[in-house]
Amino acid sequence: MKRLKALAATTASVPITLFGLVLVTFLIGRVMPIDPVLAIVGDRAPADVVAAARLELGLDRPLYVQFWIYLGKLAVGDLGRSVMTSHTVWEDIKRFFPATMELATVAIIFAAGIGIPLGVLAAVKQGSRVDHVIRVVCLAGHSLPIFVLALLSLLVFYATLHWAPGPGRQDILFDDQVPSITNFLTVDALLARDWEVLRDAVAHLIQPAAVLAYFAMAFIARMTRAFMLDALAGEYVITARAKGLSAARVIWKHAFGNIAVRLITIMALTYAGLLEGAVVTETVFSWPGLGQYLTISLLNADMNAVLGATLVVGITYLAFNLLADMLYKLLDPRVS
Amino acid sequence: MSTTTSPQTWRDWLLTDTPASRAQAAWGGRYRLWRDFTANKLAMAGLAVIVAMALAALLAPLLAPYDPGVQDLTNRLARPSAAHWLGTDELGRDLYARILFGGRVTLGMVVAVVALVAPLGLAIGCIAGYYGGIADRLLMRVTDVFLAFPRLILALAFVAAIKPGITSAIFAIVLTAWPPYARLARAETLSLRGTDFIAAVRLTGAGSARIVLRHIIPLCLGSLVVRVTLDMSSIILTAASLGFLGMGAQPPSPEWGAMIATARRFILDQWWVPTIPGVAIFLISLAFNLLGDGLRDVLDPKQR
Amino acid sequence: MQVDIRNLSIAFPTATGLSHAVRNVSLTIGNEKLGIVGESGSGKSLTARSILRLLPRGARMTADKLSFDGIDILKADESAMRAIRGKRAGLILQDPKYSLNPVMTAGAQIAEAWRMHRKGGAREAHEGAMDLLAQVKINDPARVFGAYPHELSGGMGQRVMIAMMLAPDPELLIADEPTSALDATVQAEILRLLEDLVARRGMALILISHDLPLVSHFCDRVAVMYAGRIVEELGAGELAQAKHPYTRGLLECLPALSHPRPRLAVMKRDPAWAEGPPGAPLA
Repeated sequence: MKRLKALAATTASVPITLFGLVLVTFLIGRVMPIDPVLAIVGDRAPADVVAAARLELGLDRPLYVQFWIYLGKLAVGDLGRSVMTSHTVWEDIKRFFPATMELATVAIIFAAGIGIPLGVLAAVKQGSRVDHVIRVVCLAGHSLPIFVLALLSLLVFYATLHWAPGPGRQDILFDDQVPSITNFLTVDALLARDWEVLRDAVAHLIQPAAVLAYFAMAFIARMTRAFMLDALAGEYVITARAKGLSAARVIWKHAFGNIAVRLITIMALTYAGLLEGAVVTETVFSWPGLGQYLTISLLNADMNAVLGATLVVGITYLAFNLLADMLYKLLDPRVS
Repeated sequence: MSTTTSPQTWRDWLLTDTPASRAQAAWGGRYRLWRDFTANKLAMAGLAVIVAMALAALLAPLLAPYDPGVQDLTNRLARPSAAHWLGTDELGRDLYARILFGGRVTLGMVVAVVALVAPLGLAIGCIAGYYGGIADRLLMRVTDVFLAFPRLILALAFVAAIKPGITSAIFAIVLTAWPPYARLARAETLSLRGTDFIAAVRLTGAGSARIVLRHIIPLCLGSLVVRVTLDMSSIILTAASLGFLGMGAQPPSPEWGAMIATARRFILDQWWVPTIPGVAIFLISLAFNLLGDGLRDVLDPKQR
Repeated sequence: MQVDIRNLSIAFPTATGLSHAVRNVSLTIGNEKLGIVGESGSGKSLTARSILRLLPRGARMTADKLSFDGIDILKADESAMRAIRGKRAGLILQDPKYSLNPVMTAGAQIAEAWRMHRKGGAREAHEGAMDLLAQVKINDPARVFGAYPHELSGGMGQRVMIAMMLAPDPELLIADEPTSALDATVQAEILRLLEDLVARRGMALILISHDLPLVSHFCDRVAVMYAGRIVEELGAGELAQAKHPYTRGLLECLPALSHPRPRLAVMKRDPAWAEGPPGAPLA
């Protein structure tokens, strides 16, 4: 019952934050010096066409009325039309977002699979050579620009060693070979039982996912190390050792058991952070996800697309933050 | 108890377990911190790299063998050589000179961001924490909203809306970087507000402004310095990413991220051209991370 | 079972050299109740924990002899130590709030200790744990079994801790200030429980405390530690014959009903106490 109350308290603030998110996005859209009307009708349109478009867009109304209209459109999923793709922004997002999710999901699996054991190892061997090496590997992950690593990875694994296929999500040969059901290419290929497409999709996925995973791995390993050091200093670890338990059981069952929930929340936060890394990674790897959509729209001053993508990313980020909080409150027996 | 002033006794005077005055205790404490800090070789290496790169950037006009903007189309994409230590770019400009001058852009942006963001975050956090009530709730709600955006993406949207360039990039980074500072300052203020010594200061008749300025802010500075140092690399990376995506410094400015963006098409053949600015970004950002780590271990051992 | 300690020293490296926490301590513990008394930092906990080799990271331990029932603890490998820890010697820590694993139920922690050293499946371990909870006089073992440590009171937590350490039937129990974190009334209950269990099982006990009268009342023999050394060893009934000024000082600081004093004495410390007896090597 107390647990439910704690959950309710977490969710109560969400609508307000969400409202703030929409407001900020709206305001960014209005401060731009580029006239949105001209972007639609073109520079050379006669004055009466411009005026008509302005009226149609509601740009002559006061700001709060415009915001109200914006909210109303949002409520029905209307984010406007992208000048660049000439689809509605919502359609574009539905098409591009799954590619980003696919990338981020594989990346977080890599990152956790490597980062957590490394962090535990570093904490257990605190102060040793192994610890220093892991610490430097993690610091490098915090210091390297992601686009530099992505470019170098293309140079080494694609151009020199020929281990990885080039940029993109799949080979041109396989374009549209499987029906888009979920827009997760690997899942769609599985559903269509098309193994060649699946193999190609996985091959294309591994390199950008690994690049993205390095940064997440660095963060996860660092947090794991810090949490583990904290846990290993606990009196209950002495108790566990005094019971005669093996080192492995003391470390994994007792110390790690105490930080597992906190790590789950860290993973949720990292996953949200991967959306940011995806913007740059997708640009380098020509990965047709939301990040690439966002940067191309930015360069073309396609404001509807930019704001739509920003808002979607913001909401996803918020959702993961909320998920992290809820998981913590649900899973940790100490919360009551 | 008289103290002689030979070097060993200075050290003993600083390290004594029974200081005779407040000043001696304070200097002893500082000396211990400094000794702990210098014992951390990685942090010292970071500090050395930062000082070296800052000097190189400041002295760029003296150190650079060429003008960073001068083109030499007959000598494009040259390999590193005695004439051009780091080679030349796609317009035949000397990369070494461009890296030196690029350091000015990058470090200048970082200094500008920090100079804006630290006081802003501190002010918001201290006001929210000290006055509490509606001011606190309102400010923290705003903070939450800004924290709800991934940093780079909000900065991108903001820059795109105004006009790509260095100034907008600085403001965009400030806009996305202040919330953690406000949170930190608020937490510190909250923990200080209830202490007995603040109550004592209040009893002597000090006003709120004096309490915040003279007693609370100085005590927040330690963790703020650590946070700023650790945040430096993140600011550098955001600035470089904005440049890389074409939303920060614009060519022909020798900003490192923008240099990589224009040179990325040569990655497969003249790989050193985009790699060299990448190494520069990596070095400075790693140096700040090492320094920040060392500072945190010394100044703020709790949050290891 | 006999524990032999000869010339045990424990030191920690610091910026200005080694800092000695235990200096040249020698003790023999047979099948008896030994109390070790001293103030915080006197080295009493480290001395006791060295028997299980559970010292903090970085501690440097040297001794002429340190053995548990003939097993050389200085040379034993980790698996030999694990055969002693829990199985033959248990350790009870001060505050169950920190010494019990906060994310495992009390029952799971007891059953884990049970399974570690006895053969049996999950069902037997469950029954064993319930039985142990009853032995430490918990009225509703089923509720406590499923409770997390933060849901238990301090006294209850300490009973769980004791049950956990009794699970493998050890020959020696080391209790490191087992009642210092508890309320006065609960303290007495826990001590009575310990006394009862030790007597019934024929275990040896090392009771570490800063409370000299309590320890002497409870134990057969008392060792008084000061600044890393044992300054005096006494039979429990011989407190009145204590010779060392520190021990005498401790006794004089106490109020007594039998001969009330208008003002309690304040101990005057002599720096010479920390130096050890004349002629002792300065470790």
